[in-house]
Amino acid sequence: MFDIKQYEKAESVKDAVRLLSENPNAKLISGGTDVLIRLREGHSEYSELVDIHDLEEIKGVSYTDTGDIEICAATTFTEVVDSEIINDVLPVLALASGTVGGPQVRNVATIGGNLCNGAVSADSLASLCVLDALLITESAEGEREIPIIDFYLGPGQVVLGQTEILKSIRICLDNYAGYGTHYYKYAMRNAMDIATIGCAAAVKMDDGKIETLKISFTVAAPKPIRAKTAEEFAVGLEPTEENIKKIAKQVMNDVTPRDSWRASKDFRLHIIETLAERVIKHAAEDAGGES
Amino acid sequence: MAVGKSVERLDAVAKATGRARYTEDFTLSGMKHAVYVRSTIAHGIVTGINTEKAGALPGVRAIFTYEDVPDIRFSTAGHPYSDDPSHRDPYDRHLLTKHVRFEGDEIAIVVADSELIARKAAKLVEVTYDELAVLNTPENILAENAPQIHPEGNLTGEHEFSVGGDMSEAVKASAHLTESSYKTAMVQHCHLENQIAYGYMDDNDNIVVVSSTQIPHIARRIISEALSFPIGRIKVIKPYIGGGFGAKQDVVVEPMAAWLTLKMDGAPVQVNLTREESLSCSRTRHPFIGHAKGGADKDGTLRFLDLDAVSLTGAYASHGHAIAQAGGAKACTMYPRAVIRYHARTLYSNMPTAGAMRGYGTPQVVFFVENIIEELARKSGTDPLEFRLKNVGITGDINPLNNKPILTHGLKECLEKGRELIKWDEKQKLYKNKKSGNIRSGLGVACFSYASGTYPVLVEGASVRMVLNQDGSVHIQAGATEIGQGSDTVFAQMTSETTGISFEKVKVISTQDTDFSPFDTGAYASRQTYVGGQAVYKAAVELKEKILKYAELITGQTIDRIIIAGDKVVLKEKPEVTVITMRDLAVDAYYHKDRGGQITAEVSYKTRTNAPSFGCTFVDIDVDVKLCKVYIKEIYNIHDAGKIINPLLAEGQVHGGMSMSIGAALSEELLIDDKTGRVYNNNLLDYKLPTIMDMPDLKCAFVETDEPTASYGNKSLGEPPVISPAPALRNAVWDATGAKPDEIPMSPKYLFKVFKKSGII
Ligand SMILES: Cc1cc2nc3c(=O)[nH]c(=O)nc-3n(C[C@H](O)[C@H](O)[C@H](O)COP(=O)(O)OP(=O)(O)OC[C@H]3O[C@@H](n4cnc5c(N)ncnc54)[C@H](O)[C@@H]3O)c2cc1C
Repeated sequence: MFDIKQYEKAESVKDAVRLLSENPNAKLISGGTDVLIRLREGHSEYSELVDIHDLEEIKGVSYTDTGDIEICAATTFTEVVDSEIINDVLPVLALASGTVGGPQVRNVATIGGNLCNGAVSADSLASLCVLDALLITESAEGEREIPIIDFYLGPGQVVLGQTEILKSIRICLDNYAGYGTHYYKYAMRNAMDIATIGCAAAVKMDDGKIETLKISFTVAAPKPIRAKTAEEFAVGLEPTEENIKKIAKQVMNDVTPRDSWRASKDFRLHIIETLAERVIKHAAEDAGGES
Repeated sequence: MAVGKSVERLDAVAKATGRARYTEDFTLSGMKHAVYVRSTIAHGIVTGINTEKAGALPGVRAIFTYEDVPDIRFSTAGHPYSDDPSHRDPYDRHLLTKHVRFEGDEIAIVVADSELIARKAAKLVEVTYDELAVLNTPENILAENAPQIHPEGNLTGEHEFSVGGDMSEAVKASAHLTESSYKTAMVQHCHLENQIAYGYMDDNDNIVVVSSTQIPHIARRIISEALSFPIGRIKVIKPYIGGGFGAKQDVVVEPMAAWLTLKMDGAPVQVNLTREESLSCSRTRHPFIGHAKGGADKDGTLRFLDLDAVSLTGAYASHGHAIAQAGGAKACTMYPRAVIRYHARTLYSNMPTAGAMRGYGTPQVVFFVENIIEELARKSGTDPLEFRLKNVGITGDINPLNNKPILTHGLKECLEKGRELIKWDEKQKLYKNKKSGNIRSGLGVACFSYASGTYPVLVEGASVRMVLNQDGSVHIQAGATEIGQGSDTVFAQMTSETTGISFEKVKVISTQDTDFSPFDTGAYASRQTYVGGQAVYKAAVELKEKILKYAELITGQTIDRIIIAGDKVVLKEKPEVTVITMRDLAVDAYYHKDRGGQITAEVSYKTRTNAPSFGCTFVDIDVDVKLCKVYIKEIYNIHDAGKIINPLLAEGQVHGGMSMSIGAALSEELLIDDKTGRVYNNNLLDYKLPTIMDMPDLKCAFVETDEPTASYGNKSLGEPPVISPAPALRNAVWDATGAKPDEIPMSPKYLFKVFKKSGII
């Protein structure tokens, strides 16, 4: 029941770039869990497809020579959740990935599709933001690296060009080693739901004090954000209950949630503050800090 | 003995393996697909309709608009025809309409070679409107200058009753008085299989409709009325059905499928709704807005309940005021010794049409009753459980509505059983110091009463035919429909129980075909085991007697000395002695040249009793105040459904009902913009139907009374489980937090407001 006008199966990333160059109307399909929904809704801009589903070249998780982590774009969430590397060193991403949809969705949905789809509710997003992920792409113009926080232009919009393919997501050693982390997806259901608010934090402790706090929110603004005011405010503070409350208050300066029928603005602000407290506390504990 | 045993469902393997065939699994060559053109506004008159672009799409075979349909008004409510005109549902709709009354109303329909083409074409049909004011609150619906949603006005129905004594006396006598306003949201059935039907003609005279319906015989009558086509020339077939919960006690797509095949020269035409259409363009549960008052003595004796409810039926009446009527009536046997006044109005509104849904008005009314009871208990300083124990009905109490004694009333026993199971007294003490801080614990209880069918409001008849096969097995044809509740299986158990034929040898024909299946009004009102069971019993007795008589004829053993035991006829006193095998007996009956004939029994029986059914819910919760979330730690439904025919199936019914009620209590609501009538969330992403990850471990128990009016001691269990969990949860949230919620769903969004107002966040 899908109105597909043209379909090409790419044999490699290069091949996909070629197919996209040849047809300016063509769009990529990977797991299809976002694309097929759009097609069912009758959005004709997805009726010409280049399929990169199951391209071995962009599947899997590995260490680079320098200790960075390379997560290929077509890796499914089930594979992310099951990956030993991810569980060992990026547990926050395993946690976040496990909140996506349900088992059937995770078996086909890819982490690359999650980012490229541009939804501000994407569940891998907040964690990748506190990990300062770098997105590595290839297009007719060549390769480039994009910091995740610069990847989003607005709801449903990312910086990718028409022939540009996300190949992998890189997490540098410096950005994960020594951090305690946590993610909380606040949703109305425990599965098969979009986040009302998503919150991830990474905390590095130094001598009982917060050396670095990275905290990110989804659905708290038109784009995923890092709460910079709160992050700066936190430096040097002990993660006591009182201090964490103060940091969480600072978050209010960095967020601009919507007022919509899905949830009112004051409700979202309340949840943002509550999650900030809980997620920072958890991340600080994970980093070995008392609270 | 088969009754009382947890035998496996007859259709378990077929459904689990995917062999069971549903309406969409049947295809006919040349099948056409029809898709509605739906209004994009909630209230207005169509001024222009342009089908040019849609018609030009290759594969489109026809487009019909409101101008093409018969000028016949009909009602889709799946009630038996009433011989009392005042009890007939409002005949308020045409097959297609020029006056659109909700967002999604049916203006035109496209018929094409595939559903995809039909959907694309439907989008290309251009419609212009004169917009009318959207009416969605009682105030603006009843405003003097409000536009009329239907020519008869905006009030669908109204009634009032007062029983049990004088209200003003009861008020005067009450030491404790309390009142509150409550609200329940519009929720939807969310059956797995959306509404679907297809029609075709295999000759020049007769229309065949295959449909996912709970009510094939009623569907046939409504098709006949809507098309003004003779009922004897319409045949409705019901294959396996993927759930209904009342939505398919409404004839939503069948008349259109029948009309389209007529228009298309008998070609098969399928109407298959999408999930979005099913959610907001089929039927929903009536949202209720109400005010309740209650009074009690110093010692905690309930003196009166005074309820005022407004029920919004949406764009078309469908079951309309019958819902509010039934809801009030069925709630009366819970506290039968109090003065009870109930006033209800049902209003048209520019929102999706509400119809029958599991519980039929009772979940809403009981939400009001059990909320106000809780408030009275607390106000009078009585433990809410003790208050209920003191005031609920007992066997022998008089049903104040019909002045008949209640022959089995197990509610008190249910409450006592629940008290033990949940460890009420122990936890009450334990939770005394868990009422502050962020995580708070609470307990909740709520009762319900219900009925076993619709008598005396409507006719309650059931028909059954039993046939002895050549191999000694039995086929049962019943007009009653298996819709997942397990009626086929319990009918087989009953037949085996009464005849003595082994359960494995009883086959129930699951498909109804109105040309062959005897008449029954269908699956609704929790009637089938109670009402259908009586016809099954009578037919089984008749079949047994015929078999034994024939055994006497051919063996010479007199009928008083023999019985059926499994596959044989044996001596009553010496069951080890086989008189004749069932197979030999059947072969003789079928093929002996000079005697016998096919042995059958056919019964059509009208029930003139209606046993009230009872129960309650106990729930133990934690509330995360800051996250505005409720966590169910333990929940029990305890039912007095009379004798339990099949414990495993019964448990399944209870679990399903509990999960529906938990969804309605905590997360489900169809959200409609008051001003525009726009439906925000007609999809399962935004309509928060709970997933299995949201469900606690559902537990249940039974208090088995023995109902004398039923053939097997049984009472209703199909709908009852959906009634009491929601108010029990509301009472528990109040108990835990001290903040009193008065609406369902108690979604985080709503609890945020309640908690803010009471100052706990
Ligand atoms: C039932 C259901 C539940 C869901 N629940 C959740 C949830 O809880 N949380 C959540 O975050 N999401 C959820 N989703 C959304 C979806 O599953 C995710 O966004 C998923 O990660 C998308 O990946 P995909 O491979 O299926 O993407 P696709 O649908 O194949 O593609 C999505 C978009 O990304 C583009 N794209 C894909 N791969 C690349 C690439 N390598 N380079 C460039 N562009 C690319 C496509 O062109 C398209 O625009 C749910 C979806 C469904 C159907």
